Amino acid sequence: MLAKRIIACLDVRDGRVVKGINFNDLSVAGDPALLARRYNVEGIDELVILDVTATIEGRRALADTIRAVSAELFIPLAVGGGIRSEEDAAAAVESGADKVSLNSAALAEPALLTRLAARYGSQAVVVAIDAKRENDRFAVYARSGRAATGRDAVEWAREAADRGAGEILLTSIDRDGTRSGFDCELTADVSSSVPIPVIASGGAGAFEHFHDVFTRGKADAALAASIFHYSEHAVADLKQYLGAHGVPVRL
Amino acid sequence: MIALVDYRAGNLTSVRKALAAVGAEFFTPQRPSDLARADGLIVPGVGHFGSTRALDEGWRSAMLALINADVPVLGICLGLQYLFEGSDEAPDAPGLGLLRGRSTLLPPTLKVPHVGWNALEVTAPSTILEGIPTGSQVYFTHSYAAPVTDACVASTTHSAPFAAVVERNNIAGVQFHPEKSADVGLRVLRNFLRITKSPNLPITKSP
Repeated sequence: MLAKRIIACLDVRDGRVVKGINFNDLSVAGDPALLARRYNVEGIDELVILDVTATIEGRRALADTIRAVSAELFIPLAVGGGIRSEEDAAAAVESGADKVSLNSAALAEPALLTRLAARYGSQAVVVAIDAKRENDRFAVYARSGRAATGRDAVEWAREAADRGAGEILLTSIDRDGTRSGFDCELTADVSSSVPIPVIASGGAGAFEHFHDVFTRGKADAALAASIFHYSEHAVADLKQYLGAHGVPVRL
Repeated sequence: MIALVDYRAGNLTSVRKALAAVGAEFFTPQRPSDLARADGLIVPGVGHFGSTRALDEGWRSAMLALINADVPVLGICLGLQYLFEGSDEAPDAPGLGLLRGRSTLLPPTLKVPHVGWNALEVTAPSTILEGIPTGSQVYFTHSYAAPVTDACVASTTHSAPFAAVVERNNIAGVQFHPEKSADVGLRVLRNFLRITKSPNLPITKSP
């Protein structure tokens, strides 16, 4: 049976992981390759490197980061943040990314998805959607949640899939950083509307939240960052919990 | 030296890194005649079966000559499907026809594409899967799949069973991505490397 994937996100700035890291072994803190290695040993199914730099120097550091992480990590690696063109995507792929994740650039130019899918295959093209509850719908925001787009999350996810995206990385802006649980309604709405896998993101704070989003939320994968940074065995423990509660996972 | 055929179906950076990690020596042939010096052949590929059209008659005959000379071949993902007669995904693009059957679209009962980690059900002894027990989980990403025939040594089920691993004589193929399947995947590549280094070791021991 296809396992539900647990994905760890590394927020990287100028080649260093920036989100709170609390491993006892301080040498790991901040080094994406060391952190990736530790996640791999624990059984993480996939990694996302989210680049939060905007400078040219940061871009070069990103390529080095991708190379360092992918040199010894033989699980899928996605890279997102600031990928605006075919050239940006090519730089990430050639450095060792298996997938590129596009957000604002895909909204501004949906045809970019089709071109990237033709060049690398749909399996390499992830569309990141940041959505916020507004009245009775989920509104899509661009530019790290700052710019309203007037688009509906379900409708945009469908279009992205039609245009060649192979996966949707769906973040609830309302839940992001709250540790109060994934938005299962948003996730289920999108997941049951598209034929491609949906990765739920935003709000992970406890193991039950993953169980909820894989059952009620119909998610194919779930992504988190900080929950994995605070305990040395969180990934392995989470998978054991899910397995014991009837969710198929890779053990 | 293993020949890694690049026909532009997806990016091969990950495959190259994984081959380097298991200590394989490999090269990317620029023209069909380069294949003559290969002691192993890897046909990778991800995406649309139609991209195999880039392998024209010159490439096909060079690959078939190599395979007929008992050089071990490993097909990965599209490369496994290419070992068969063809695929519904691109009906006019012929496969190598080394194995009987055609690839078809996975049933839409579950989500297609089939993306993620799924289990191998090992159904026959095999050299390419040596040391890999049934139930091992590996990473897939595909929409079409080859049928379970007598060449199949491990199947995987996504709505219906399909050929996850095939093996016959010097021919092997994996529908999953060994370069993305952690230790299990590296073991597959190591097994293939060992096969290429043992000219008297056929992939399948039975006739």
